[in-house]
This record gives sequence, structure tokens and C-alpha cells, in this order.
Amino acid sequence: MKLNRIAPMVIMGACTLYFLVPIWWLLVAASKSRSEFSSTDPLWFADFALMDNLRELFAYRDGVFLRWLGNSIVYTGGAALLGTVLAAMCGYALAKYRFPGREAIFNVVLSGVLVPATALALPLFLIFSQFNATNTFWSVFLPSLVNPFGVYLARIYASASVPDELLEAARLDGSGEVRTFFTVSSRLMFPALVTIFLFHFVAVWNNFLLPLIMLGNERLFPVTLGLYTWNTQVNQYPEVRMLVLTGALVSIVPLVIAFLLLQRFWRNGLGSGAIK
Amino acid sequence: MRFPMRSLGIVLTSALALTACSNGGGDDDAASTAGAASCAPSSGPVTLNYTTWIPGIEKVVKVWNDANPNIQVKVQTGPNGNGGTYQNFFNQLKAGNAPDLGHIEYDALPSFRVQDGLENLAGCSEVTAAKDQFVDWTWGQVTFGEENSVYGVPQDAGPMALFYRKDLFEKNNIPVPTTWDEYAAAAEKVKSAGGYITNFSQSDINQFAGLSWQAGGRWFANDGAKWTVNFADENTTKVANYWQGLIDKKLVSAVPPWTTEWDNAYNTSKAWTWVSAVWGANSIMSGAPDTSGKWAVAPMPQWTAGGTVAGNWGGSATAVFKGSKHPYEAAKFALWLNTSEEALTMLNSEAQLYPATKAGASLPALKQGVEFYGGQPIYDVFAQASTQVAADFVWGPTMTSTYATASDGFKGAVSGSTTLPDALKKAQDATIQNLKSQSIPVAE
Repeated sequence: MKLNRIAPMVIMGACTLYFLVPIWWLLVAASKSRSEFSSTDPLWFADFALMDNLRELFAYRDGVFLRWLGNSIVYTGGAALLGTVLAAMCGYALAKYRFPGREAIFNVVLSGVLVPATALALPLFLIFSQFNATNTFWSVFLPSLVNPFGVYLARIYASASVPDELLEAARLDGSGEVRTFFTVSSRLMFPALVTIFLFHFVAVWNNFLLPLIMLGNERLFPVTLGLYTWNTQVNQYPEVRMLVLTGALVSIVPLVIAFLLLQRFWRNGLGSGAIK
Repeated sequence: MRFPMRSLGIVLTSALALTACSNGGGDDDAASTAGAASCAPSSGPVTLNYTTWIPGIEKVVKVWNDANPNIQVKVQTGPNGNGGTYQNFFNQLKAGNAPDLGHIEYDALPSFRVQDGLENLAGCSEVTAAKDQFVDWTWGQVTFGEENSVYGVPQDAGPMALFYRKDLFEKNNIPVPTTWDEYAAAAEKVKSAGGYITNFSQSDINQFAGLSWQAGGRWFANDGAKWTVNFADENTTKVANYWQGLIDKKLVSAVPPWTTEWDNAYNTSKAWTWVSAVWGANSIMSGAPDTSGKWAVAPMPQWTAGGTVAGNWGGSATAVFKGSKHPYEAAKFALWLNTSEEALTMLNSEAQLYPATKAGASLPALKQGVEFYGGQPIYDVFAQASTQVAADFVWGPTMTSTYATASDGFKGAVSGSTTLPDALKKAQDATIQNLKSQSIPVAE
């Protein structure tokens, strides 16, 4: 009886430790000065120099790090927001309207789920090169808008949670299709939209190869690429190591905020999908 | 029903990619010309794109831009070469929108050369006239020893010397080794004093390449038609056996280089020497701050007593990419960047680049004593070493994968599952395979 409870607790405890230790390490590392970083216990604090590190990070190269952080929020937040609306509309249309070729379109979109984003980066670069549009904001933003997995989720959720009778009623009351979508259907789909938004947010945030290939202008970098750029220079310029560590710590803050704010909806979305 | 649809999606996507590829290729063909570029000045104002990962380069470029309103240079940046920028260069060459100028390390230049990605600057009289300003071997790195070819302007160099803990050597009455035999003897004494003579770099093969370079190993050769690959010649094998001996006797440590453990080994006096390049001075300074004032620099140990041969580790060139519409202006900027005293001084102070020019060795900043090294004017040692590097060492066109296979083998040698000579033999076979798979002709 007791063992039944202890065993899962031990396993979950181990998992928690496994996931939290790297973050703890990062927090500790970012709080040290450079000389203490290599000479003191990696899992416990030495002299607390986090503020100095932050000040140095935000001042380095005219504060380019803050610019990167801003870029990341615009790329990921903007693309996730617009992309969620697109995915929702597309999935909703595929779920609720009958038209020829509907299944074919859906299957093509589904096949897009199978093509990894990394495989598309190079073809996208060559296409954007044709229009002299590489090394621009749009070369990263536009490709980030589409999200086939979001369409799939939206379609499944729309067919389960938006009753046809309700749409019928809205039409009888004289509401246009677009208005119905935004005022009625999207409300019903809201938990699913939050899920799509989060998935999309994380996918764009993690899509590292696209900006790496597209961008050469440092002022356009997202924070992931910027930190990576610094990190490749650590061998030759060891003084940037603390900037990379402190930057990594700061750069996870927006992700943590996004998840803390939205996890309530997300749990709700996954759960309600399960019952239906 | 579902399966064919999926395939259709994939076919559509790849068709799109293919179209894009072939269009890009078309642009490329139009731009390529045979032999050296004509190198005529363009009329009117010119804007050049320059991609590099040197920190602080904007300040140097600003000096040029202020003085040359008709040749404006725009800086693009990214990770270091092997971190992604080289791959970007190849993609951009394919798409026909490569920058005019790019930063390329010596060991990567041949891979761009075999892909026909570099403009031959031998047609620019200013460039060929600058030959004598550069240390001989750096010029060899950009010409590949071929006649009528200059594929970049040398920028920086990494002549090697011996960094050692002066205080510990004196305290333990160990003479500073001048030959590799003395170095091995010193290693025994250091071991009995509780340290390691050095750390053997198990994953950064460049250091070993520098050691082989000094010993007379020549890994690659190109006779104009075919590449020769030889990681097992007498001299390279001599170096490999030497270090294998030190590993077997456990006289060297083997922590992975460029990690905090590695820094720590120097910071806590566990490792006493490092045979490294000029830029290593900065690595020790920032990695081992607690040992300030206790280091000194001596010339590299020699294979024959009284010899004066040095190796090189690192260094890079500024290359002009094929398809640049302004090779003349690009070459002019590259020459200014890498020969003028004001640019070299800034590159040295911003990014610790050690100049590839003869005159660069006498920059005021490189004549001063360095406090970390007990006030020794250490750059004099490197200035001399730079003149002692053999000029006929050639890199191969697939160094990235060569390094990867060699480093796997070296890790095995450190853990005892193989030996350094075997690892090199294996890396040689893999390199030959790799060249063949890219249809690069290899002599066997």
C-alpha cells in the first residue's frame, strides 16, 4: 500500500530534479563572476554578481541583447498570434464547410506536419533570394506564420466543440460567416486556440535554423541566434562566456511568463478535448 | 488514400526547392569567369557587403567609411565559420547573393576554392604588389602555392610558442625545455611534483595540426589535378608517437579543451605548460586569472637541438567572393583592413587579432611587456615564431569532416581504445572517402 505511493513519488522526484537541475545550474552560474565561475562549486552560489553580469550584458555592444530579446518577442509573439488566427480559420473552414477537395487540402496540410522546419529552411532561403528579401524582418516572420499542426488541432477541435445547430441559428439570425466565426465559433474554440498558440510560440522560438540561414544583420537577430553567435566565439574571446550564461538565463524569462500565464487554459483545453 | 496524398505534399515541396536551386545555379554560371578577375575599378559610389564574426569590427569599418565616401562597407555578422557562417556562404553562393567580402579561416579556404566560390585577385596589381608586406607563409595560405592565384588577403596568424609556469619550473629546478626530448623529460619531473606538463587536446585537432606543421608533416597536397592526402607520413607519425608516449605514461591530462575544467586545470596549477598560438595568451589570461604574473613564453620545443622551426594554429583571410560586382574596391578595402597600421591596431585591440603582415609585428601594442606574463614582452617571441613557420603547408578541402573523424579517434586514444597513429590513419581513409563522394579527384 505504502510502496504504491512511494514509488511514483520517487520517480517523479527524480524527473523533477532532472529537469530543474540545469535551470538551477544556469541561475547559479549567471550569478558568478568569471573567475569564480571556473573555480567554485557549480551548484552553489559564490559572491553574488548577477547584477554586475546583467549590467554588462545590457551594455555590451550598445545593448544589442535587449534588441534581440525584443526581436524574439515580436517574431514569436507576432507569428504565434497571427498564425493561430490563420490556423483557427483554416481548421474551422475544413471542419464546418463541405466543399470539393476538402479532404485533399486537409491531407496536404497534414503532410506538412511531417516535413520538419529545418528541412524547409534552405529552400525558403533560395526562394527569398529570388526576391532579394533575405536578411530582412519578413524573411523570418512570414515563414513562421504557417503551422500545419495548428490547422489539424483546430479542425479536430472545431468539429467537436462547435455544434452545427449553433451555426445554423446564427445564420438564421442574419450573422455573416466571418462574424459568426469571430463572435461565436472562436469563443467555443478558445481553449484549443490557447494550445495552438503555445505550440506555435514554442515552435517559432525554437526554429533556430531559419534565422541562422536568413539573417546577417545583427540588429535583426532573435535572442537564440544572438546567444549562439556569442557562444561560438567563446574559445577565442573567453570574456563573452558570462554574457552567454547571463543572456541564456534572461532569455528563458519570456517563455516562463508565457507558460505561467497560459497554462490554466492549456490544461483546460487538453482536458476538455479528452472528454469529448 | 492518405498515403499518396502525403507523398504528393513532399513531392510538391521538393519540386519547389529544386526550382529554386536551379534558378540560383543559373545566376551563378552567368557570374563566373575563367581565371583571374579583371579587377577594373567601378565608376561611381560603391557599396560592399562584408560578413565577419570579428567582435568590434564595426568600429574599424567606420574608420574606412569615413575616409572613403565612395566605397562604403556594410558589415554583416553571424556565428563563427564552422558555427554556421561557412554554410551560409555556400548557400549564398548557390543563391547568387553572397557578400562581396567574407572572413574565412585558412583551413577553410580550400573548401571554397574547390567549390569555385572565390574571386582570384591575381589580376589586381595592388594585391600582387602587397605580397612582400605579408609574412611568407601567410601568403602561401591564400595562394595555395599556385602561380597567378591569390584567393584572399591574409588577415591574422597564429604562430605557436610554449606558454609555461615560470614560477613552478624555477621552484622545482626544471630547465625550460628547448627540444621535445627535454619536454618529455620535464614532463616526468612535473608529474613527480604533482602536476601535468600540459593537457592533450583530444577534441581540437587544430593544435595537433600545428605540431605536425612544425615537425614537417604535410597533410595535403594538390598538383593542380589531384589531391594527395597523407596523415601518416614520417613526420606526422613522429609527432603522433611522441604524444602517444606521453599519454601512455599518463604525463598529460586529457580534459576536453575550452571547458571550465580545462580553465580550472590551469587556474589551479595542475597543468604547467601549453604549446599554443599567440591568441592563447588571452585564453590563459581569462581562464586562469589566479595565476597572473606567474607565466612566461618561450619558443616552441624543437625536434632537433638548436633548430628554429615553429608551427601555426589558426589565422584567417579576407576573401572576395565570386560574383562580386566590385572586386577592385573589395580588394582595396581588404588590403587596407589587413595592412594599414590604424586598422591592424584596432583589430588587435578590439579582437586580439595578431597581424599577418611583417610590419604588423612591430605595432606598439605588440612591443609592450604583459603584466600577466611577469612583464615579459611576449609578442616578441611570437613575432620571431611567425617568421619560422614553413610556407608549404596546405589544408584540404574537407577539413570540417576531417577534424570530426580525427577527433573521434583522438578521444579513443586518450581512453586507450586506439592509438594516435591509428586514429590518423582512420581519419585519412575517411577523408579520402569524403573527397571521392564529392567527386573531388584524389591520388592514391
